[in-house]
Amino acid sequence: MNRAEILDRVQNIFRDIFDDNDILITDETNATDIEDWESLEQINILVAIQKEFSIKFSIDDVEGLENVGQTIDLIEAKLS
Amino acid sequence: MFRYPLDGNEILRKKRQLRRLLLEKDNLLPKRIALLSGSTIGEISGILELFLLDSGIKPLFHIGAFNRYYEDLVFSNPTLTEFAPEIIYIHISIHNIEEFPSPGDSPEVRAEIRAGEWDKLSRLLVAAQQYNCPVIINNFELPSIRIMGNRDAYDVNGRVRFITELNLMLADYAAGHDYIYINDINYLSGWFGLEQWADPGYYNAYKYAVAPEAIPLLCLSISSIIKALFGGNKKALMLDLDNTLWNGVIGDDGVEGILIGAETPKGMAHAEIQKYAKELRRVGILLGVISKNDEALAKEGFTHPSSILTEADFSVFLANWDEKRINLQQAADSLNIGTDSFVFVDDNPVERERILESELSVEVASFKSIERLPQTLSMSGYFEVVSLSDDDLKRAEMYSENRMRENAIKEFSDYSEYLKSLEMKAYLSGFSTERRERITQLINKTNQFNNTTRRYTAEEISVVAGDERYIKIAARLTDRFGDNGLVCVLIAELKDHKAIIDLFIMSCRVFGRDLEYILFDELIRQVTAKGVDTIEGIYIPTKKNTVIEKLFCQLGFTEVESLPESIRYEFSLNDSQARETDTIEVIYE
Repeated sequence: MNRAEILDRVQNIFRDIFDDNDILITDETNATDIEDWESLEQINILVAIQKEFSIKFSIDDVEGLENVGQTIDLIEAKLS
Repeated sequence: MFRYPLDGNEILRKKRQLRRLLLEKDNLLPKRIALLSGSTIGEISGILELFLLDSGIKPLFHIGAFNRYYEDLVFSNPTLTEFAPEIIYIHISIHNIEEFPSPGDSPEVRAEIRAGEWDKLSRLLVAAQQYNCPVIINNFELPSIRIMGNRDAYDVNGRVRFITELNLMLADYAAGHDYIYINDINYLSGWFGLEQWADPGYYNAYKYAVAPEAIPLLCLSISSIIKALFGGNKKALMLDLDNTLWNGVIGDDGVEGILIGAETPKGMAHAEIQKYAKELRRVGILLGVISKNDEALAKEGFTHPSSILTEADFSVFLANWDEKRINLQQAADSLNIGTDSFVFVDDNPVERERILESELSVEVASFKSIERLPQTLSMSGYFEVVSLSDDDLKRAEMYSENRMRENAIKEFSDYSEYLKSLEMKAYLSGFSTERRERITQLINKTNQFNNTTRRYTAEEISVVAGDERYIKIAARLTDRFGDNGLVCVLIAELKDHKAIIDLFIMSCRVFGRDLEYILFDELIRQVTAKGVDTIEGIYIPTKKNTVIEKLFCQLGFTEVESLPESIRYEFSLNDSQARETDTIEVIYE
């Protein structure tokens, strides 16, 4: 799976979670860009990503994730 | 989406969209629900809201501060008092236990630790009672770590054993106090898998005592209790026959050819379904047959030597070649309950689909394979038992007696002659302690003959029972075919020479028996003694209570105000006479 495909699937997760089909995400997108993206939703995003890609994050993995780009780096690392 | 088997991840991911769609539903019943926290509760409130909306309840939440469940309840709490919760849910878990016994502790130390933990729980439960509402509390899930391995289960200082003891103490307390309802997370976590339920990553990072993936199951369980408390339980299980209650087709295979029982794996699956249905009948769930079959052949199936159910177990038996939706409607008419009280079970996905697509609001059980059917029904919360009255235990018999009454009615051309032949006796009483459980239950599940659809909790009924400003009448009805149980309740509030009928309800089992006149005569008798000159009747129309439309006029009331949401009637005691009803003998209890 290439990076663009991962980004596309993560974008679908964002659209589902925030119930907004117009959301477009890039590597730079972070919690300040999406109004309802607070800690509770961050957990839900991570739960959905783990399910979507059949991977498992540890606390170390997800601590300090600052934007979508870093999250996709992490998914890529787990998938490889 | 909100029925077992759940897709927890899908619910979590589509939460917002689901909420938006559910909020479009009509007739949502608003309820104030306090959620008190022993660990993170934010996500739980969001998901619980979805399950409640799906059950027709619109929650207004008061969310307690993080891990302050004890302080919130035990200490003075003006915010919570002002909120006036109609339900309190206490989300505790094993993380809220402060101290466990350690291997080698002396009996004295162990006893002290246990007393300390129980003391905290019992103070909590006693304090919660001041809110006069049902209190739902989790019990404890088993520990993830066992210090002594298997010995933890039986060593007097074992943690597994300690949790088991606390859970039993909670169970005993709940069994003795009818405002307490246990949300059995000990069972749920076992069912879900403790390893996933108690994922330490989520607790360490976010103080989630329940992993996100398990939250939908937790919320299904809580919402099942709440829904049942407000009368949303299903009342009847409508069953197909061929390949549902037995393996094979009775019309082709004959009674010798169908499989039920321990001899074959297939037969065993169907025996388990029959056993489960038979047990449900014992808690008051009505059973019905809805089968495309020849009736005589269909009945022969129950003469199979291994059949657990008998023909007499069914309150309605419809085996014919009509469409199942027609038979379901007919079953509803004959039992005098709505099709929305039905759970329909059929092995044939085409039949299930047809019912789903029909105009009927029947719940259709979906299951992965037939041997999973009992588990699926059990986990779905359709028949959550929040109270168990004598009436529940006898209900199925009462409906069988109704079948005899229906036969008797054919012998009479004059309806009042039929009523007289029933030799009915109404036993009138107030709301004495031993009757309150049944009274509360009747109030909360009666939707048809119910003038206001106002719901009362057990605690509110106790308050009304002791309040002189209310006239309260409960009636039990017997006839020559048997005892119908406590079937009619009236509450009227006395206010400035007026008596306002706050609630007038009757079980659909005894419609058309003149019992409403008996209750009204009794109301007149009681209010006259209190110097009342006018009785006011209120009718708040819903989709289900159209039977009330004519009630007040039939009783001699005059309509005085008609608003879209309610109609007000008055009955003047000065210039009206109550009719004396001679079809029922009145006995005071």
